[in-house]
Amino acid sequence: MAALVPLAFVGLFFLWPVTNIVALGISPRALDTLASPRTWLIVRFTFWQAAVSTLLTVLIALPGAWALARGQFRGKAFVRALLTVPFVLPTVVVASAFVSLSKSSLTAWASGGIAAILAAHVFFNYALVARVVGAVWGEMHTDLNDAARTLGARPTSVFARVTLPFLRPAIAAAATIVFLFTFTSFGVVLILGGTRWTTLEVEIYRRTAQLFDLPAASALSLLQLAAVVLCLLVISRLGGNGGPFEPGGREVAGSKARGGRRQVLAALGPAAFLIGIPIAALVSAAFSNERGPGLAYFRALGESRAGSTRFVAPVEAIANSALFAAVATVTALAVGGLAAAVIAGRHRRGRSVYDAALMLPLGTSAVTLGFGLLITFDTFPLDLRSSAVLIPLAHALVGIPFVVRTLVPALRAIPQGLREAGLLLGRSRWEVARRVDVPLVWRSAVVGAGFAAAVSLGEFGATAFLARPERVTVPVAIYRFLGQPGSLNRGQALALSVILMGLVAVVVLLTEGAGQRRAPGPRSAELRRAPGPRSAVLRRRPQ
Amino acid sequence: MALLGAALSSCGAEPGGNVVQPVGGQEKVTVKLVTHDSFSASDAVLEKFTSETGISIEVLPSGDAGELVNKSALTAGKPLGDVLFGVDNTFLSRALDAELFVPYRSPALTSVPEDLWLDPQHRVTPIDHGEVCVNYDKSAYSQGRPPPAALSDLTLPAFKDQLVVENPATSSPGLAFLLGTIERFGEDGWEQYWTALKRNGVEISSGWEDAYNGSFSGGAGKGPFPLVVSYASSPPAEVHYSETPKDAPSTAVMEDGCFRQIEFAGVLRGASEPEAAKKVIDFLLSEEFQADLPLNMFVFPAREHTPLPEVFEKFAARPDSILSMDPERIEKGREKWVTRWTELMAG
Repeated sequence: MAALVPLAFVGLFFLWPVTNIVALGISPRALDTLASPRTWLIVRFTFWQAAVSTLLTVLIALPGAWALARGQFRGKAFVRALLTVPFVLPTVVVASAFVSLSKSSLTAWASGGIAAILAAHVFFNYALVARVVGAVWGEMHTDLNDAARTLGARPTSVFARVTLPFLRPAIAAAATIVFLFTFTSFGVVLILGGTRWTTLEVEIYRRTAQLFDLPAASALSLLQLAAVVLCLLVISRLGGNGGPFEPGGREVAGSKARGGRRQVLAALGPAAFLIGIPIAALVSAAFSNERGPGLAYFRALGESRAGSTRFVAPVEAIANSALFAAVATVTALAVGGLAAAVIAGRHRRGRSVYDAALMLPLGTSAVTLGFGLLITFDTFPLDLRSSAVLIPLAHALVGIPFVVRTLVPALRAIPQGLREAGLLLGRSRWEVARRVDVPLVWRSAVVGAGFAAAVSLGEFGATAFLARPERVTVPVAIYRFLGQPGSLNRGQALALSVILMGLVAVVVLLTEGAGQRRAPGPRSAELRRAPGPRSAVLRRRPQ
Repeated sequence: MALLGAALSSCGAEPGGNVVQPVGGQEKVTVKLVTHDSFSASDAVLEKFTSETGISIEVLPSGDAGELVNKSALTAGKPLGDVLFGVDNTFLSRALDAELFVPYRSPALTSVPEDLWLDPQHRVTPIDHGEVCVNYDKSAYSQGRPPPAALSDLTLPAFKDQLVVENPATSSPGLAFLLGTIERFGEDGWEQYWTALKRNGVEISSGWEDAYNGSFSGGAGKGPFPLVVSYASSPPAEVHYSETPKDAPSTAVMEDGCFRQIEFAGVLRGASEPEAAKKVIDFLLSEEFQADLPLNMFVFPAREHTPLPEVFEKFAARPDSILSMDPERIEKGREKWVTRWTELMAG
């Protein structure tokens, strides 16, 4: 039963509308599109840039994950929040930061073409890898490494044979999401790719929204879906069944964290360069104006020049964004939590198909989904097209994979014996879930929920293609300012971007706080004494 | 008159029905106005219309001009609202082919010059127009180093690496500029012109926002390019939206090669409030709304003799000769031209 709820949700709000729009467009002309050499050039570039971006992101963010998990330094929570900020920034704003930075020779290489696309992808996705992997790294017992070292292993082989296998499921989970994000990259490629570099996503947008060439768009959407399914299956093979995972190991008494200040600095260096500089440039531009530093742009946000319909009170936009994010996050947690429980459950066939079905919305063109929603919810059971309800639901679709990806490894790691013990003691299944599973996966759930909220706060994808009622969110308001000339408009867009960054930082700090409060606690102390997991780790370790 | 009309139409819609009438004797109606993201009007003007007619206007921004038309084409017959505003001459043919509108000839149309009408069946009504022109950063040019004066100048070595244009595949001013060059240099000349532009280092942006705010050196931009494809009304916008009061814009308009965009409104087929929708079309052509247009959307009112705001009178360009193209020809040629353009510029 529980398995059906997520499927129904994704079926209703994703599969059905996408099927409708593809069916509307599909025609024999689709074959022409598939036969065109241009199509295959686009497919090749889409794959290539996604693979390289993912690889780069993982390589650059792994040290960051270590620093977040093991490093001990002041302002760690702040750094963690800061690293997540890019995740929600509107692409146009980021691109303009990259363009304005290109004047300094230090970053000139990133001013155009492929290098800029890759740099922007790392910028946007760094936090995903650093935080998802970091959360698991933090759960790893340092005595495992200590044991290996005592047995004479060198640090490199400790990393390769103990740490890496332990992290593999988390890395695979994060990499999958980064891959899907970059595979369907839209704004970055549209703005930085020029006329030369085009992804399937950009081409589908062009065909659907500008040329109204639905047959070609349908063909390309199907192609994109097929590619995404293929990738998901390959990745799930590579990522394996999720390695062992030990609960309750965080901040183990007596195990001293190993991150000295120098190592932490070195590990976070690339992030400071790639993320810190563009963000600093944005912030300083927002806080200065033609006359020098000041709050002019922020003050201007509060006044409407013409008293016009275009004017959105920033407070209102922030309230709308916060409301949508809250609804989307709760929905994603509920649906994604159920799904994660199903996927993590053992002995269930078709698990990877089920998993892939939930991941699909991440890998689908936003314009396909948006236009699909438009023609699907026009009569049934009421006209939802211009209702605000669809917006958080569409956001939740993107949030669910985050929740699933962060919860599954954590759930799998819970030794079945713990649950069985609970059942033996006469507790109900529900109570076992509440007393055993929830406390153990809480931290991971918080990370997933944080991302779901961040996705919703920054989303400018599918919902941009819905007819929006006057429920303007912060990203939409930013685009409205950018749509008019004049330094004041640009300044207000920057100021609002800074507010959006602050909003996300607050969400991250809050969820962080919630995670800390609930995390280890006395319960997990008991669990640490429970037999099972540790020996499982040792048994499974590559010989 | 408007009062009476609204009262009559509401009675006509419900003969003998027990409609609850508000104090003013009008039925309250909400008309949904489907439009593009750039739509803007003064609250006071809308409120006055509502208080006079009982019709409230709910604005539904639906993406850029292209997305707006395509969304409406997808939902033709089951529209998202009652009135569509914002289809321009470059998308007009597609909108008419998709049978989005029902004909309505507004009595106010007589005050609009006939060369703006375009649709003899009055399925759409012209509301405003704007000209897409090359703008330049005045500080980059001087007496000894004059700005370009004609489209053909842009390929000269003097203007190498100075021009930024929008991609016509993703931007409406970009498309308008391309259409202007096709109109000027002809079906067999435009490719040569663009090849020369490319050789002269033309920069391509995906949209107006990053071209004007990012790459252009004038206005708010701090980019390296002193020439940009924008609008004849961009200089007044620059002054109007300046953070510190300005006497004059830092940018100006090259008056050759401007391409005209005309924006239309129409009553959507399947509208739930078709009668009130017609009143809204009349309202869009009313003196008050027309006078309110320039400072909200930086376009020129379609209605003749509409007084222009001071910044427009002073700083907006009114080019003598303006390029235009038949909407049907645009619809037939668009995909071919844009594809060819993409090949030319990427190759």
